[in-house]
Amino acid sequence: MITREQVDHVAHLARLALSDEERERMTSQLNKILEAAGKLQKLDTTDVPPTAFAVPIQNVFRPDEVRESLPRDLVLANAPDPERGFFRVPRIMEEE
Amino acid sequence: MSRYETVIGLEVHAELLTESKLFCGCSTEFGAEPNTHCCPVCLGLPGVLPVLNRKALDYAIKAALALNAEIASYSKFDRKNYFYPDLPKAYQISQYDLPLAKKGWLELKVDGQPRRIGITRIHLEEEAGKSVHSGESIIGSEFSLEDYNRVGIPLIEIVSEPDLRSPAEAHQYLERLKAVLQYAGVSDCKMEEGSLRCDANISLRPVGQAEFGVKVEIKNMNSFRAVLRALEYEVARQTELLDSGTAIVQETRAWDEGRGITVSMRGKEEAHDYRYFPEPDLPPVVIDREWVERLRSELPELPGPRADRFVSQYGLPAYDADLLTSSRRLADWFEAAVQEYHDAKAVSNWVMGDLLRLLKAEEKELDELPLTPGHLGEMLKLIDDGTISGKIAKTVFEEMFHTGKRAADVVKEKGLVQISDEAELARIVETVIAANPKSVADFRGGKEAALGYLVGQVMKETRGRANPGLVNQLLRDRLSRQ
Repeated sequence: MITREQVDHVAHLARLALSDEERERMTSQLNKILEAAGKLQKLDTTDVPPTAFAVPIQNVFRPDEVRESLPRDLVLANAPDPERGFFRVPRIMEEE
Repeated sequence: MSRYETVIGLEVHAELLTESKLFCGCSTEFGAEPNTHCCPVCLGLPGVLPVLNRKALDYAIKAALALNAEIASYSKFDRKNYFYPDLPKAYQISQYDLPLAKKGWLELKVDGQPRRIGITRIHLEEEAGKSVHSGESIIGSEFSLEDYNRVGIPLIEIVSEPDLRSPAEAHQYLERLKAVLQYAGVSDCKMEEGSLRCDANISLRPVGQAEFGVKVEIKNMNSFRAVLRALEYEVARQTELLDSGTAIVQETRAWDEGRGITVSMRGKEEAHDYRYFPEPDLPPVVIDREWVERLRSELPELPGPRADRFVSQYGLPAYDADLLTSSRRLADWFEAAVQEYHDAKAVSNWVMGDLLRLLKAEEKELDELPLTPGHLGEMLKLIDDGTISGKIAKTVFEEMFHTGKRAADVVKEKGLVQISDEAELARIVETVIAANPKSVADFRGGKEAALGYLVGQVMKETRGRANPGLVNQLLRDRLSRQ
C-alpha cells in the first residue's frame, strides 16, 4: 500500500506541487497500478526469457537533419531560477 | 631502471560530426547561445520519443571498423541513471551489456617496433550538458549555470585494455586515435572544444608481477599534454608511496592544471549504482554484413598503412612518414606536392620544416592557406635551375605562405634572383676581402672556419642572393692566389 506520506515524498522529489484533491487521486491511482503489477508478479515466468521490448521492431532511424529547436523562453519556462539564458542550480558539491 | 611497471588504460569520449543530435533534430553546432539548441526530447520532458540518428550510428560503426573492432550484429541502448544537474533526464542513454563493437586494436610504434594496444569496447551514447560554476571550480561553488545545448550530441566511448606501459605510450595512443578518427571523418577531435575527452586508469606493479596493482582513475585532463603530465605525476606519486611501503588507495583523482598535481576526489563523488536497464523507447539495432562492408568500403587509407606506403613508395624515413601521415590533410597536401616535384624527400623537408613551423607560428590550418602544393613544386624547380638559392627559397616560401603569389612572381617582385654572375660576385668578394684583413689572415694561417665568416659577409652584402657554391669557390681561389 502506498500512503499519502509516500506520495508527498515522491511529489517533493519530482518538485510537483499537488493540491489535496490531486494527492488523494494520485494515492488511489498509484495503488491501483501497484495492484495490477502485483497480479503480474504472481505469473510463473520460469521459462520465459526476459525482454526489454514489447513489440518486435528493430532499426528505427531518423535522417541526420536539423529541425528547429524550442524558443529559449519556452526551454526555460519550467526553470525555477533562470539566469542570463541558463538554468541556475544550487550548490552541487560542498567544500571539504 | 624503475622497479615498477606502469599499467595504463584510457577511456576516450569523442563527439561525432553529425549535424543534428543523437535522438532529436536539434543542431550540434558549437558555440551557440546557451539553451538555444534544446527541444522536449533532449530536455527530457514527459511523453517524448527519442529516434536514433542513422548517420551517428554509421559514424560509430566506421570508427569501430577503423579501430579494427568486431561489430555486433545485435546491439541495444540502456539507461544509465544518475542525478546530476548537467543531465536533465536524470539518465543518460548509453549502451551497457551489448555495445556496438568489441575487441579492436590500435597500433603504436614503441622504440621503432609496432605494438598493438587492445580496445575493449566502443559504444554509442549521448552527451551531457555543460555547467558553468559560480566559483573557481565545482567544489564550493554557491551555484552553477546549466547550458543544455550539448545534451544529446552523439558520442562514442572507446575503452582501451590496460595495455599501455608508460605516460609516453598513452600520449602516443591518443595522437594515433585522434588521427584515425579524423581520417575516418567521424570526429574533429578538438580537445579544446571538448569534442575529445580522456580519463585514465593507472596503476604500478613490481616488475615481473602478473597481478595488477591498485588503480587510480584520473579525470579533468583538458589536453594531450595534460594527460602526459598528469600520468607522469601519478607515476612519481605512486612510486614514492610504494617505496615507503604505503598502500595505494583506489580512488578518483582530478588533474589540477595550475598546480601540476592530481588531487583526490574521494568523498566528492558518490560510488555510483547506475541502475542500468534497457531503454524501452529505442528498438534494438540489427546490423548485417552488407551494411558493415559498405561502411568499410567508405573508409580511406588509414594513417598506419599510409605511413608504411610513404616509406615504400617515396623512400621516406619512417620518422617523416609518421609525421606526414599524422593528419589526413597534411598527408594529402604532401602527396599533392609530390605530384608537382620529383624529389619526395625534398618536399618532405619543406613540409615538415618551414610549412609546419609557419602553420604553428601563425596558428593557421592547412586549408586556410592561399599556399598550394603547386606553389612548393614551382619553387623547388627554381632552386634546381639556379634561379634562387635554398636560403632565399625560405624567404620566397614565407611570402607565398602569406600571399599565395607564385614563386616566380615573388622572386621577380622582390629582386631575389640568385647572383650567379662570376664577375659581379668577384667584385663583391674583393670588397669583403679588403674589409676583413683579420679573417683573411686567419684563413691563410690555416683557420678553415674563417672562410665561413667571409662567405657570410658576401651573403650579407648581397642580401642572401649570392650563389653560395660559387662564392665559396671564388673566395678559395682568390685567397689561395697570394
